Amino acid sequence: MKKDVKSIIAKYNKDETRLMDILIDIQDSLGFISPEAIDVISEDLNLSHVDVEQTISFYHFFSMTPLGKYNIYLNNSAVANMMGCAEVAKVFEEEAGSKFGEVSKDGQLGMFYTSCIGMNDQEPAAIINGMVFTRLTKFRAREIISDIKAGKNVEEMYVASYGDGANSNQLIKSVVSNNIRKIGPILSPKAEYGSALKKIIKLSPDEIIDEVKLSNIRGRGGAGFPTGLKWEFCRKAPGDRKYIFCNADEGEPGTFKDRVLLTERPKRLLEGMAIAGYAVGAEEGIIYLRYEYKYLEEYLENVIREAREANFLGKDICKKKGFNFDVRIQFGAGAYVCGEESALIESAEGKRGEPRDRPPFPVEKGYLNKPTIVNNVETLSSVTQIINNGGEWYRSFGTRESTGTKVLSVSGDCLHPGVYEVEWGFSVNDILDLVGTMGDVQAVQVGGPSGRCIAPYDFNRILGYEDLATGGSLIIIGKQRDLLKDIVLNFMDFFVEESCGSCTPCRSLSVIYRDKLKKILKGRGVQKDLDDMYAWRHIMKGNRCGLGQTALNPILTTLRNFPELYEARIQKNKTFDEGFDIHSALKDSFEITGRKSF
Amino acid sequence: MSKVLNFTIDGVICMAEKGQTILNAATANKIYIPTLCNLPGLKPRGSCRVCNVKVNGKFLTACTTPVAEGMEIENNSEDIIDIRKSIIELLLVEGNHYCPYCEKSGNCDLQAIAYKYNIPAPRFPYQFPDRDIEATNGKLLKDHNRCILCKRCIRGIKDEDGKSIFAFKRRGHKVIINIDTRLSANMTDEMAQEAMDICPVGAIIKKEIGFKVPIGERKYDKEPIGSDIEEIKATTI
Repeated sequence: MKKDVKSIIAKYNKDETRLMDILIDIQDSLGFISPEAIDVISEDLNLSHVDVEQTISFYHFFSMTPLGKYNIYLNNSAVANMMGCAEVAKVFEEEAGSKFGEVSKDGQLGMFYTSCIGMNDQEPAAIINGMVFTRLTKFRAREIISDIKAGKNVEEMYVASYGDGANSNQLIKSVVSNNIRKIGPILSPKAEYGSALKKIIKLSPDEIIDEVKLSNIRGRGGAGFPTGLKWEFCRKAPGDRKYIFCNADEGEPGTFKDRVLLTERPKRLLEGMAIAGYAVGAEEGIIYLRYEYKYLEEYLENVIREAREANFLGKDICKKKGFNFDVRIQFGAGAYVCGEESALIESAEGKRGEPRDRPPFPVEKGYLNKPTIVNNVETLSSVTQIINNGGEWYRSFGTRESTGTKVLSVSGDCLHPGVYEVEWGFSVNDILDLVGTMGDVQAVQVGGPSGRCIAPYDFNRILGYEDLATGGSLIIIGKQRDLLKDIVLNFMDFFVEESCGSCTPCRSLSVIYRDKLKKILKGRGVQKDLDDMYAWRHIMKGNRCGLGQTALNPILTTLRNFPELYEARIQKNKTFDEGFDIHSALKDSFEITGRKSF
Repeated sequence: MSKVLNFTIDGVICMAEKGQTILNAATANKIYIPTLCNLPGLKPRGSCRVCNVKVNGKFLTACTTPVAEGMEIENNSEDIIDIRKSIIELLLVEGNHYCPYCEKSGNCDLQAIAYKYNIPAPRFPYQFPDRDIEATNGKLLKDHNRCILCKRCIRGIKDEDGKSIFAFKRRGHKVIINIDTRLSANMTDEMAQEAMDICPVGAIIKKEIGFKVPIGERKYDKEPIGSDIEEIKATTI
C-alpha cells in the first residue's frame, strides 16, 4: 500500500497543489484513503495530517473508511424523485439487504445517495463503479443487485445499447443519451475544427477581445459577467503566467447541457480555450471537470491528444510562432460550491473548495496567484463560433441585452426532456410548447435551486438577463407534485449539504430555514414561521459567494409565488407552536420503563 | 510616499493609506467595526461576516475589502446593525454557549459583542447541537460546543515547520475544528496559552489553570468591546 501511495505522489512530483489528483488516484486504486495513506501523503508533501484531512473530508466522493467492492451512487435530487428514485432505492435496499449510506457487512456493496449527476433527462440514474446507469427501474435494480452478487464486471451489467453520438464511442461506451432536441449555432455540427484558430493567428489579442466584446456575450454559467470584459481585465493584469480554466463542474441540479457539449463538441471547447489563451496571453488551460463525468475521461484525453497532433494545441499552434497553449483535465470530487470560480481555483490547488474573498478577483490573482480566467463550457464553445462568424453575426441572435443563444437543460414533467439551444428571449410558455407538457404545469424552476420557482402567471416572462436570467436549468413541475415537500425541501437539503461552512449565515441559517419548512410540512407550523422566514430573508446577503446568497431561494421564491401552499399547511387556531412533540420524544423511555404516555 | 485616500464612514470624513482594509482604516480613524474572525497579525479571512459594512448598496466584509478613493461606507445603518445582530444570534444558537460556567466569560469576544449589540435573546430557535469535548490532548481542552469556526486557531497556530495544528474538517453545518494529534502533542505551554488566547470564545482552554482572574475583573467586565478604538466612549447599540 505504502509503495502504491508513494508512486502516486511521485507521479505528481510531490506537488501539494496536486493533492486532489493524488487523493483521486488513491481513492480509485485503493478504494479509500486510509490513515496510513494520509501518513504517507503528509510526510511526502510536508503537510500536517489535519491539512490532508480537511481536503479529503470536504469532498463527497472521498472516503476515509473502506467503501464496497461495488459502490452505487444513486441520484436523489428532486427530478430523480419525480421519476421514481425512491422505488428504485427501495428495491436496491431490499435485494441487497443493506441500507443507503452504508457499506454492507461483507464489504461487497456500498450504496450512497448523491446530488444531481447531470442526468436529469434520463432519471432515475446512478453511478456504479464509475459507470453511469440511466433510466433505472425496479426490475433493473433487481438485476443489478443480482449481477453484483454474481460478481460480474460493471461493464457486463449494461443491458441497453449505448447512447447516441459519441456516447457509443469506444472510449466512452455509455448508455447515456444526448437528447439533443434543438440545435443552434453552438450545438451545430457545422464548422471545421481549427477554422477559428486559423483566423485568430492573423489577428492581435486586442482584436479578438474586441470581437468578443462586440458579440456582447455574457458568462453562461449563470452569473452572466460580460466575457469580453473579463478577458480584457485578465489581459491587462500583470503576471508572468496566466491560466484559462474551463468550468465543467456543472453541479446546479437540473443542468446537463455541458455534459452534452463535452460529449459532442469537445473540439469546439478546446478551440475556445486556445482562443482565450491567445487573447489574454496564457499558455496553460485546465478543464475542471466534475467527478460525476469521469466516464468521459479517456475520451476527452484522446480528443486533447488528437488536437495536439493536429497542431491545434501544443507549441506554435497553426504554425504561428510563439502561440503555445496546452490543456489538462482536473477532476473535482463532489462539491457543488466548486462551481463558484474562486472555490474552483482553490479546489484545483488541492484545497477545500471554499470561495475566496474578493478583491483580488481571479483575473488579477487566480490559480497559483496568477491572473486567471474561469469560463463556463458553453461560454468558451460560443466564443469559437463568435470568432468563426463574427461578433455582429452573434448579436443577430437573442435580444438587445441578451445576445446569442442559450443551451437549456430541460427536465421534469415534460414529454421531451433534453437539451435545447434557443435564442435568448424565448418565453417560458414558448419553452413549454417546445418540450411538450403532460397535464397541467404547476411551476417551473428556472436556473436550478439557486434560481427561482415561478408560477403560471409568470410563464409569459422571457429568458434573458433583463428578465429571467438562467444558467440553463429548467425543471417543469406538474400539478400532481407536492411542490413544498417534493421540490423545495429537496433543494433545501441540497443547500444544507453543499454549504462549505465558512460563512456564518449560509452554514447556519439554511439549516434553520430547512427545519422551519419541515415543521410546516409536519403540520406544526404557525403564521409566525412564515413571518420569520420573510423577515430574515436579507441576512444571506452577508455571505461571501453566490451559493450562500441564494441558498434560501427555494423557500423565498415559493413563499413569494406560492404563498397559498404555505398558508394551507399552517395551523390557523394557534399563534405559537414550538414544533416539539413530547410524546414522540419520550416514546423510547416510556417503552423501557413500561409507563404510559400522559 | 504612499497615497492617501479619502472616504467616509456614516458621513464622517476619514483618510486611509492605499491598500489599507476598511477595518484597519476605520480603526485608525477611531471608528469601531465589530469583528470575530479577524485578528491583527493574521491574514483576514472574512468568515464570520460580523464586520459586514455596506458600500454602494452592497454588503462587504470590512476586514478583507481595501478602501477605495471616495468610498461611502455605511457602518451604523439599520440593515447593517440587523445583519450583524443576526450573525451574532446565529452563532449563539448554532453552538451551545453557557456563559455562567465558561472560563472565557468576561474575556469572550462573542459575549462582549452580544452585550454591545444589546442582544437579550436570539430571534432564532436554539439548535442544541450534539457536540464533543475533546480532552485527549495533554495541554488543551477543545470544547466544540463553544466553537464559532472563525479559523483564528487555524491561521494563527503553526508548529515550528509552519505546519497547521488546527484545520477544518467536513463542510456545511457539520464542519468542526480538527486538532492534529501528533503535532499538538508537542505543543509547549506557551503555544497552548497562545492557542487559548487566540480563540475569541471558550473553545480552546488550556488545561490545569482556571478562573485565575475572577469574574468581574476581566477584560470586558470593565468596558464594552471597542472602547479602546472609539473616540466617543462606547455604549451599547
